[in-house]
Amino acid sequence: MGFASIYVPNFLVQSVVRAEAALRDRAIVLVDGTPPLEKVVAMSDAAARAGIQLSMTKSQVSQFTGIKIRNRLRAQEKATHAALLDIGWSVSPRVEDTVQDTIVLDLAGLASLFHADENIADELVRRAAALGLLVNVAISFNLEAAIHAARGFSGVTIIPPGEELQRLGSLPVSVLSPSLQVLETLERWGVRTCATLAALPLSQLSERLGQEGVRLHELARGASRRSLALIEPSTGFEEEMLLDYAVAELEPLAFLLGRLLDQLCARLTARSLAAGAIHLRFDLERSPENNLQFLDGKSSGESALGIYEKFLNLPVPMRDSKMLLRLLRLQLQANPPRASIIKIYLAAEPARQRVTQGSLFLPSSPDREKLELTIARLTNLVGDSHIGSPELVDTHRPGEFRMNRFAPSHNEPLKNRRFSKPATGFRAFRPSLPLKVELREGHPARISFRGMRGEVVAASGPWRTSGDWWQEDPWQHDEWDLEIHFRFSPAIHLEHAYACPQRGLYRIYYDALRGHWFMRGIYD
Amino acid sequence: MAQNLAALRAKIECDLRGRASAPFDYRERKFVETASVSIPEIDFLAGGLPRGGFTEICGPPCSGRTSFLLSALASRTAHAEVCVLVDGSDNFDPHSAQAAGVELKQLLWVRCHNIDQALRATDLLLQGRGFGLIALDLGDIPPETVRHVPLNAWFRFRRSVEDTRTIFVVLDQEPNAKTCASLVLRLGSEAVRWSTTIEAQTMDSFVYPSAWLFDGVDVRVEVLRSRVQNAAVGGFHRGFAPASIGGDTELFGTKTIWNSPDNLLLESQSKGLKKRE
Repeated sequence: MGFASIYVPNFLVQSVVRAEAALRDRAIVLVDGTPPLEKVVAMSDAAARAGIQLSMTKSQVSQFTGIKIRNRLRAQEKATHAALLDIGWSVSPRVEDTVQDTIVLDLAGLASLFHADENIADELVRRAAALGLLVNVAISFNLEAAIHAARGFSGVTIIPPGEELQRLGSLPVSVLSPSLQVLETLERWGVRTCATLAALPLSQLSERLGQEGVRLHELARGASRRSLALIEPSTGFEEEMLLDYAVAELEPLAFLLGRLLDQLCARLTARSLAAGAIHLRFDLERSPENNLQFLDGKSSGESALGIYEKFLNLPVPMRDSKMLLRLLRLQLQANPPRASIIKIYLAAEPARQRVTQGSLFLPSSPDREKLELTIARLTNLVGDSHIGSPELVDTHRPGEFRMNRFAPSHNEPLKNRRFSKPATGFRAFRPSLPLKVELREGHPARISFRGMRGEVVAASGPWRTSGDWWQEDPWQHDEWDLEIHFRFSPAIHLEHAYACPQRGLYRIYYDALRGHWFMRGIYD
Repeated sequence: MAQNLAALRAKIECDLRGRASAPFDYRERKFVETASVSIPEIDFLAGGLPRGGFTEICGPPCSGRTSFLLSALASRTAHAEVCVLVDGSDNFDPHSAQAAGVELKQLLWVRCHNIDQALRATDLLLQGRGFGLIALDLGDIPPETVRHVPLNAWFRFRRSVEDTRTIFVVLDQEPNAKTCASLVLRLGSEAVRWSTTIEAQTMDSFVYPSAWLFDGVDVRVEVLRSRVQNAAVGGFHRGFAPASIGGDTELFGTKTIWNSPDNLLLESQSKGLKKRE
């Protein structure tokens, strides 16, 4: 156990391939620069075999057939680098962020978990593959030797203690990253491998190349000593995608979101975390029509700057990309962006994965993730304010309640409140129905509503309530409970004929502030 | 003739191979578990509500359907089951539900604008699985509208709830689900009970209406159809009985809860309530 170095060969190309797995074995070229002077900055092996060279212009590359040209995206590279760090933190908390394509892990204390260096290296390769990266892994007791071995040898390399010089000897001097001037000098001397460099006398090398010569000599021998520059584990999980063409339809957008979510969930899985919330942001295409729309009014979550944002708060942390995609799709269906999308940004708020132990004595309940999906679908159907768990609010105003997000508890069964008889149910009319009331000595004697007329045969009231007089919407009600016998009216509307029972029990009230009678509901 | 029958049977069995293991064998009916409604009279009469079955509660307005539903919801939520109410016309009153003992945190309330939404919401929920009770309240939707619900919708609901532990209850004004329902109960109000603190000779609520309180309703419940084996007390039952055309009736009374000790909020809802005590 010493240090493990992970190196991503051809990092720029792998950043693209990670986002588009279909390009893995294809000839890809990455171009960068200001149009139309974009030049090749990286290419895959297949492209190199086809004759593509660095610094070719985009127009030159387009003469080749079967070559996929992609623009260099720094956001993708940043996300790939973050994924590389996640691989390191998934194994060891002590990680050095060496350069963009290389990290080093301290393997101290992992022996009891992995037993052998080979197991650690294999596990790192496996985890990197799960994140869409093909990496070289080298393990050595010398930190720099591990880095250079990972850069020089493909696959897994294990360097036993004391064999650094022997193993690094065959590597070209360029893996030690000398300056261009020193590299040219060594080339002129005929020093091309680390073994040749290590064989040179140190004092004379120092005289000719200075401190850099001494440093390169130590590196070539695998004798360089330095400590690990640790970094704090990151808590940000972000993925971005800049689109070549603006996307306006949901289906292709869902496809792209699915790719980003796959990457995000793979990173969360590598860190044994889950998403507690998802932040989605689109940069929208600006056009004269869209500008008018933005000025006219913006939809929910859409700012005037042509940015569309959505926050998806999850009741339970989850990392199932398909489930998250369904939830995002439902959100987008309910509230689609007004213009085409040119850039997608997706971030996950990390949370600990839910670990639950089912109880033998608790009733089964819906799976929380499926329940969230069902609720999202229902929200799409009936609206956000029409679904949830009701909660009574602390007010005297009749019929007041609020809708909360539905989050059932999984506690032990409660002791059922036993009543001698079942409680009388009440059905509320929303909004209250206006009705006509004939009074006799100040008491309701006849009422008519919905084309029905009825005689009051028993009455209880008035129960006077008032409140909120200090606010803009005060109320003052006189409530009555009435038993009514109906007379059928020939003028009754057919659609209300069903509601024409012989007898009914109603709660009505007189709104003293508005001077009208209303029906609050029916006892049922 | 017998040979022809045997040949026909063999051909049908051959054609259905892979889809039906034994098309001519009698299928044992599964054991049916029922759950109590916490109304002893109904538990005695109907044996409780069948799990994995379709229960239809019908009756006109003021017939006690909501009291029945609240009692069932209170019973299930008290057992920490997750319940859903698909409210076809947004008539549910959380205050009376809490007074009836319903644990509102365990209740998902879907407030629909029309019957189409209610049916689609029910479809989604039945696919969700894991709920203790799903109630579809079509009680205030005109019967002629509910009559237009295609029969295949009821069949789909029955098939969705089969082989689950979910109780599926539909409230409407007249029976519509036909043979899809395992249990059909018709409710109707009998007498309205008023309580008063004044002397019997002035038994006119118009003289001192504030001295009267609405006490409750006596509800008559009739079994119109039951495929649940009738047993003395709700609990586990040994299977479906042959479909019975009902006729059995029971009477139970509801109690208006004005001031439940567990429901101080309802108590303070109105100043008038204190007068009623």
